[in-house]
Amino acid sequence: MNRRENLKLLFTGSLASGLLLTNCTPEDKQADLSPKIAGGTPGGRIEAEIERDQQLLSETFFTQEERKKLDILVDIIMPADDESGSATEAGVPDFIEFMMKDSPSYQTPMRGGMMWLDSYGNDHYGKTFLELSENERMEIIDLIAWPDKASPEIKGAVNFFNILRNLTATGFFTTEMGFNYLGYKGNVANAWDGVPKDVMQKHGVELPEKYLPYYLKPEERGTVAVWDDEGNLIG
Amino acid sequence: MSFEIKSSSETYDVIIVGSGAGGGMASKILSEAGLSVAVLEAGKDFDPAKDEDRTQLRPSWESPRRGAGTRIRPFGDFDQAIGGWDIEGEPYTRAQGTSFDWFRSRMVGGRTNHWGRISLRFGPNDFKRKSIDGLGDNWPIGYDDLKPYYDRVDKLIGVFGSKEGIYNEPDGFFLPPPKPRLHELYIMKGAKKSNMPVIPGRLSMLTRPINNERGVCFFCNQCNRACQAYADFSSGTCLVKPAMQKGNVELYTQAMVRSVTTDEKGNATGVSFISKVDMKEYKLRSRVVVLGASACESARIMLNSKSKTHPNGVGNTSGMVGRYLHDSTGADRMGIMPDLIDRERYNEDGVGGMHVYTPWWLENKKLDFARGYHIEYWGGMTMPSYGIGFSMDTMRKYLKDEFGNPSPNGGYGEGLKKDIRRIYGSTLGMSGRGESIPQYSNYCEIDNNVVDKYGIPVLKFHYQWTDQEIKQAKHMQDTFEEILTESGATLLGKKPGPETMYGLATPGRIIHEVGTTRMGDNPDTSVLNSNCQAHDCKNLFVVDAGPFVSQADKNPTWTILALAWRTSDYIVSELKKKNI
Ligand SMILES: Cc1cc2nc3c(=O)[nH]c(=O)nc-3n(C[C@H](O)[C@H](O)[C@H](O)COP(=O)(O)OP(=O)(O)OC[C@H]3O[C@@H](n4cnc5c(N)ncnc54)[C@H](O)[C@@H]3O)c2cc1C
Ligand code: SF4
Repeated sequence: MNRRENLKLLFTGSLASGLLLTNCTPEDKQADLSPKIAGGTPGGRIEAEIERDQQLLSETFFTQEERKKLDILVDIIMPADDESGSATEAGVPDFIEFMMKDSPSYQTPMRGGMMWLDSYGNDHYGKTFLELSENERMEIIDLIAWPDKASPEIKGAVNFFNILRNLTATGFFTTEMGFNYLGYKGNVANAWDGVPKDVMQKHGVELPEKYLPYYLKPEERGTVAVWDDEGNLIG
Repeated sequence: MSFEIKSSSETYDVIIVGSGAGGGMASKILSEAGLSVAVLEAGKDFDPAKDEDRTQLRPSWESPRRGAGTRIRPFGDFDQAIGGWDIEGEPYTRAQGTSFDWFRSRMVGGRTNHWGRISLRFGPNDFKRKSIDGLGDNWPIGYDDLKPYYDRVDKLIGVFGSKEGIYNEPDGFFLPPPKPRLHELYIMKGAKKSNMPVIPGRLSMLTRPINNERGVCFFCNQCNRACQAYADFSSGTCLVKPAMQKGNVELYTQAMVRSVTTDEKGNATGVSFISKVDMKEYKLRSRVVVLGASACESARIMLNSKSKTHPNGVGNTSGMVGRYLHDSTGADRMGIMPDLIDRERYNEDGVGGMHVYTPWWLENKKLDFARGYHIEYWGGMTMPSYGIGFSMDTMRKYLKDEFGNPSPNGGYGEGLKKDIRRIYGSTLGMSGRGESIPQYSNYCEIDNNVVDKYGIPVLKFHYQWTDQEIKQAKHMQDTFEEILTESGATLLGKKPGPETMYGLATPGRIIHEVGTTRMGDNPDTSVLNSNCQAHDCKNLFVVDAGPFVSQADKNPTWTILALAWRTSDYIVSELKKKNI
């Protein structure tokens, strides 16, 4: 992109979408950005990465039964509420499935933790996790979801739940739904002009007087810089 | 025009190995002087303005791992450093009991595609440390020799900053700096109480245009993904490609240089390289050879260039090639700012780096270690990616409920979801980057037992920190606690103590490795003269960080660029005078 195109975009404010910055085809513009795992990152991949991603996507780690448990568990951790959907609606189980293969050190604690849920259910209720009632499930979850209160004997299960909480949260907040819920405003072209005044005021901070004349002024972003011999900007 | 393979009987004026900071600068200056230039690059072509290469502005969900690092991209799935700490088929080894991690990028532009763009000049003291504290060695040149080149680099490439008039932090030709982010304003307020300076950052993004060829920064905070508007400096987009357009430059990609070839007199005649395309060896001839493969890799090429006249490798009559390898020191600390919990939302991306930093501000004479460090700050409402929402099993307690009681750690459900939203953007941290003392006993050499997949013998590293660096890291940790506390933050994690050398990073981890082909006036104790010309091979030059006698507490790249420009001018004048 040459400078004129860049500036044109800057001043028309049409940079809301990153796609406008590149020579993209109409198909690209309609690219499916829904939070499900497709064939890997669309740009900037080398062959070895594409091959590896395809390989990982073609393998399945969780058994069908584990996958049923996973769906239940992630929605306990990140349920739907009046502001956004649930972890399963955000495609979190697919993301976790992928991470099991991308980071194989997750496999044993995850598989073991899911087994532990069944063993505990069998020992105390005579039922596997999936056979338990919702209340019974929550009794078990409450044993492992609060690390500071949990009994040291079940630390392994607590660790499992910590990992699951981490992955579920990350899987949720890195989707479009998660960005919106969080209120993330970035990843768009803009002209940074500092923290909004009312926010600075509320936080009791201000810009140092000394630098005020020197900070970037958005209206000068189109002018080619010129200096005098001492390095003072004069144009 | 770029080639993947070319067997050629034609002779170039200059062959440049590597297209990173040093190689890129040399390609521009030498071709502008009318010389015919071949640039040999081990990686593939790369251009962030092409959609197939672009990762900039991609939201996290376009990565199946949501931006988590991989072996090929350890700094994240969108990061534009193709290579990493551990490249398939290209091993390196370490001597027992020592450690060194080596980061390489294999692509046009090298590591300048994703680097942090912190662009600091070395100051007058940084070239004469031995005169000040008796340790290490002085450079054979001083700030005045490089100043005109720093000035030119500023104007050619663009760097924002503020004129401060600090003696050892020389000012340059600065573009306007961006205003600080909110956590940076908190840090400025806190540091003021401790009398520590926090000044506008000095980074090479174009807050204003410097010419009609490159675009201007639109504040996406993703310079490590390489800018499609070319508003941040990368060697490929700002030096090599323009040089190819204007001058007589041919770029060979996927060309892995094995050795410098020499004649009976010991002069360089060209290079020998393996094409990754057909795995065959080729030779190219030139009047001058310029190495810019990065400090360790250029040393490796020299050590692997053995002949009758150079039995220990070209440039290595002194036995100094590989010696005095050193990296910056590094340590970090993190905190959480209660006043930033539940914060207002706005776009806080800014440039892809810090808007403020702390240059070294103390007198070493009053301290128990010899060299200084600067502090880089991080935090803010950055793009949620892999890792967001982690650690609520230890962090949730920092959130207070409506009655002011701490939330219990861990948990699940709607409350957890809300708490992650509340905590977002409230953590912040800092990293110290300091100067270490170069040691003869820290070095890389050829490991005769191991070759890479191209059949080229690999490097073996020997590196240990000394007391100087450990004491400096201890001082960093005390400083970090002070700044965080004075800023109103709560410290996170345990303060690193002596058992971890105060959190001092493993050598190599700061990725400022320099010194392997150091310059000097004495050919017995240095590899290159003060013009970066090999003492024992007049038409061989090094333009990466190998020539550094000491790595100041400033990041090295601005000095690599200035030095490469100066070396290129010298090559042009020596060719004109027919001295080489
Ligand atoms: C995460 C990160 C952040 C950084 N941040 C900063 C910063 O803020 N400020 C700063 O000053 N520095 C920073 N650096 C360091 C900076 O990237 C390097 O100092 C700089 O890129 C070194 O330039 P160079 O020319 O020596 O080599 P490189 O940029 O490493 O380029 C060397 C090139 O040579 C090629 N090559 C290697 N071997 C061969 C061979 N045998 N044959 C052919 N080609 C070969 C490589 O493929 C590569 O393209 C950072 C580095 C990293 C990784
Ligand atoms: S922050 Fe600015 S310079 Fe960096 S990649 Fe984004 S637009 Fe380009």
